[in-house]
Order: sequence, then C-alpha cells, then structure tokens
Amino acid sequence: MITKTFACPECNTQISCQGNLGDKIKVVCPKCGKKGVAIFAVDKADLKTKTDSLSIEVAGLTKIYKNLKAVNNLSFNVRTGEIFGFLGPNGAGKTTTINMLCTLMKPTSGGAIVCNYDIIKHSLEVRKCIGLVFQDASLDDRLTARENLELHSRLYGVQKSERRKRIDEVLELVELSARADSIVRTFSGGMQRRLEIARGLIHYPKVLFLDEPTLGLDPQTRKHVWDYILKLKKEYKITIMMTTHYMEEADELCDRVAIIDHGKIIALGTPKKLKDNLGGDTIILDIPDDDVEKARKVFKKAKIFDSQVLLSVKNAGREIKKVLEKAKKNKIYVIEANIRKPTLNDVFLHLTGREIREGAANLRDELKRRRGMRGH
Amino acid sequence: MRELEAVYTVWLREMIRYYRAKERILASLAMPIFWLFIFGSGIRAPVFGGQVDYTSFIAPGVIVMALMFTSMHSGISVIWDRELGFMKEMLVAPVSRISIVIGKSLGGATTALIQGTIIFLLIFGIQNLYSEYFSGVRINISTFLIVLPLMVLISLGIVGIGISIASLLDTLEGFGLIMNFIVMPMFFLSGALFPINNLPEWIRVVTYIDPITYAVESLRFVMIGFSSINFVLSFSVIFVFTFSMILIATYLFNRRS
Repeated sequence: MITKTFACPECNTQISCQGNLGDKIKVVCPKCGKKGVAIFAVDKADLKTKTDSLSIEVAGLTKIYKNLKAVNNLSFNVRTGEIFGFLGPNGAGKTTTINMLCTLMKPTSGGAIVCNYDIIKHSLEVRKCIGLVFQDASLDDRLTARENLELHSRLYGVQKSERRKRIDEVLELVELSARADSIVRTFSGGMQRRLEIARGLIHYPKVLFLDEPTLGLDPQTRKHVWDYILKLKKEYKITIMMTTHYMEEADELCDRVAIIDHGKIIALGTPKKLKDNLGGDTIILDIPDDDVEKARKVFKKAKIFDSQVLLSVKNAGREIKKVLEKAKKNKIYVIEANIRKPTLNDVFLHLTGREIREGAANLRDELKRRRGMRGH
Repeated sequence: MRELEAVYTVWLREMIRYYRAKERILASLAMPIFWLFIFGSGIRAPVFGGQVDYTSFIAPGVIVMALMFTSMHSGISVIWDRELGFMKEMLVAPVSRISIVIGKSLGGATTALIQGTIIFLLIFGIQNLYSEYFSGVRINISTFLIVLPLMVLISLGIVGIGISIASLLDTLEGFGLIMNFIVMPMFFLSGALFPINNLPEWIRVVTYIDPITYAVESLRFVMIGFSSINFVLSFSVIFVFTFSMILIATYLFNRRS
C-alpha cells in the first residue's frame, strides 16, 4: 500500500489516500466535495515494472514564490537502487525540488513520499533516511575532515561504537584517509566535494540526494566524482537522485533522466530512449540571417533557431552531402556544417528551442528571475 | 536523548571553533583590558561618595563588556554558518531546530563565560600586585561563585539578542550596523562607566530601559558591594530578560529556517 497526498484542484485542501501501484481510486474532497480519481502510476515505465519498489514518489509537487512558479506540478517516481537524474538549465527548479524532497522547504501544494514517509507529515523520519550533498559547500572549514564527519554522525544518532568504523570506511571510499586530520580549509574544491559525499553516507541513508555534485570542478575531478557515484550504486545499492546541468553527466551516470525546464518535466526516460526519440543524428547548418526564410521553405522538416538549421537524419555522415547539395541548389549559403550525434542537450534543444547552458540573452532573464525569486 | 546529543554536538562544534581561533580570544580580550587600564587609570575620580575608586567601579562594567562582545559573536556565527552553508547541514539533520538554537546559545554563553572569567582573574591578579588598582573589589571564592551564574545568565541573554538579530538579518554588514547602533549604545548607557545617579533625567529613563544596566548593577553589587539599583530588582530583571530573549531567539530562528 502506498499513501498519496495531493492537493484538491478546487480548494487546495491536502487529501491523502491509499492504494497500490496502478490503482485508480475515487476520491471526494472533504472540504468542497469535488470528486476525482487518484491515479497510482506516474509514467508508463512504472506500470511495466510494477514489482519494483519505489524510493521516491512525487505527486503534483508545486512551489510558488511570490510571482514565479519555481516548481510546477511535478509528478515522478524514483525506483529503489537507481540513479535518477534531474537535468535542466540553471533556475529550472531542480534545487527547489530537492529542497522540498529533503524537507528543507515546504511545498505550496502537492506532496511526495520519500522512503515511505510523507515529506510534510513525517519530515523527521524522512531526514533520518536520506543523505544530502548540497550544491554549495556546507562543511565547517575550520574543522578537520574527521571532526566534520564526527559532528555529522552525532547529529544523525550514529552509535558511538559504530562512529569510528564508519568514518574510516567513508574516508577510505573517497580516498581521503590520509588527510583525515587536516583542516578542511586546506582542501581543494574536489577534495571538499568528496568529503561532502562521504559525509552524506555516514548514517547509511537509503536515498542520497546529490545537488549538482560536480559544479565548479575541473573535468578530471569531475570524472573522479562520477566514479564514486557509480561505486555507491554498485556497492551500497543506494538510491541516488541527482541534479545536474551537465548533460554528459546525466548521460554517463543516470539510469533514468527527467528533463526539467521552468519547473516542469518535459521528458522522462532512459538517456538512450530520450536520444533515440530524436530520430538519429543531427546535421546543423549555420546560415546567414537573410537566408533563414528561404531555408524554412526548403527544409520543411527542419527546426530553425536564429540562424541555425537543425535536421534530424538517420545517418548524418551519409546524408550530409545530399543536404549540402540541396542548399546549394536553392542558393542558401552555408557558412558552416556540423554533424552531431544526439546528446541530451539536443533532446532539450528539440523540446524547448534553447540550449541547456544558456547564452547571454537568457542569462539576463535568468538573473531577473532570480532577483524576483529572492523576494523578501 | 537524541535531542540532548544534538545540543551537545552543536555546542561541541562551537568549542572546537573557539579553541581553534586563538586570535579571537585575544581580540575580544583587548578592548576590555584597554578600558580597564587606559580609561580606568586616566579617570581617577572616586565614586559613590568617595567610597570606591574608579577602577573598581568600572571593573564589573568591563566584565559585562567582555561578555557582550563574545556573546554577540554567536549572532555573527549564525550568519557565518548560513553563508558557509553549514547551517543547512544542521537544519537537514533529523533533530529539532530548538536543539540547534540551544546548542548554539550554550556554545556562545560558554565562550563568553570563559572570557569573563579571564577578565575576572586578571582583576584579581592585578589587585594582588598593585594594591592601588581595584582596591574596592571584593574578590574571593564566594564572590566568584555568585559572579559565575550571573555571568552565565547575562551571556545567555545577550546571545539571545545576537541570534535574534542574526535571524532577522541577511548579511554580516547589516549585523555590523546593528552592533554600532544598538549594542554599543546599550553598553554606554548601562552605567558601566559612570554612576547612573549623576545622569540627567532623560538619559536616566533610557538607562532604565536598557537590560545591560541591570547586568552591570547586579555584578557591581556582588563585586564591590555598592550599586545604584537594588540587587534583587536587577537580578530579577536579568532573569526575566534572559528567559524572554532565549524564547524570542528560538522563535525567530525557527521562523527564519
């Protein structure tokens, strides 16, 4: 049995009901009497694997700041033991979602179940069974690595007899044993991040949340952190939910990815499936602005953004010649032609018309939104 | 039990940080010591009708000053924790927020107590070496045993102010502003440096509103045997003040997070 909590669409009253995956249960709002159906399945993939247990179930999760829907009616499930990625540009609502799931923030409406506990009603229980690695640093840099881990295990009620063993164990895992008694201030960014991952594991959480685990790290260190994350999944069988705006990261690590934009999930599935949906490779033609109208007529199936023509083809290497000839025949000047194997960024581009990593124009919007978000 | 462990953990962290920041220990001792010697030696006028010399008169005030500086630091540390991100680490732990505020408060009060005791012992030492200084201060074990809980009470109250301000503010700069515009005047108006009986009427009204006045007066009564305000009254005011400050701090801290 799973308990689901959601908000009445009419009067926003919180309603809970119980059922099994795949069930559809009739519900009547106790306040306004509106009738509705609670559906206990979120995506089709879940129906197929009914027997999988779920670590996180999110239903209608919404967070509204003053004038901005930071998270807009999110629903998804995370299966036990998988690495679930939340991919999207900065400001898409990833961290807000994580903060709500970790009970650091109350949702405006909707709810979620983490490790079988309701994030609103049983926040203390939820916090006991999750580990969290924040986007920004959260270590005490005047303390040693061991002291930081010691404080954490005390806060999470790890038995005294267990503490030392576990601290040594996690330090070993992230290869920081040699620096255990150094002050954290002297650590590099990558070492601090590794220590934070270690810290998130000391109390043996069932679900580990990683918020942008490799933000600001150099490529080599990033690869290193990826290895640890994969190791966690393999050795600890931990469920991991991570956010990232690096598409390679999501591609490499995640079993399933939800692509999120403006607080909404716009695609969900395995990275492979999402890319396959695009229908093969992409040919990108850079053309002068003047030729854009012409291109629109010639390449009817193409997506055209600014002065870029994006063509989805089965095999780009073979078809590029045909495409270039067609352009030449129709007097479209091609400044540059590129072939791209699909990435998750293309999936995002395909769905939104924007790149995940935004350009200058979008950055300005972004800053404006953030300013609005901070409010008072 | 779990919550007690959390209080202890937060307290323990404050202690380790205090121990690591030796400069801070010195820095917060410097000001009171300067006051004691430079100000105290400069103004040699006797107080309370010539019964007490000035250095003895300001000794309790300077102890309160040391307590204030150190206790206010716990407000700064709340803002620091927020900026460094460690606050989130504490908030997401499966413990109640009240335990976190209490741990922080006790940590701040403990450091203040250590600083206050250092000043107290310093006065004791100087009195033994140079009898013209602090001649009116009665320092012995029994005084110390009464001064100690008073210092704890006063520190906790001021820590409460610090944490409340920190919960209302976003930046360290804002905190500095409050320090200069509220906390410093609170000290200067408290009668720590001059007898409040001599003040003009309108300032005296402000003085009576200032909780620090009662802190200084209660300590002064215990240390030199004279005070402008009755000890029972000043002690009661301090008691109520500390209790309500801790409640307010807990409430504001909780609301903020």
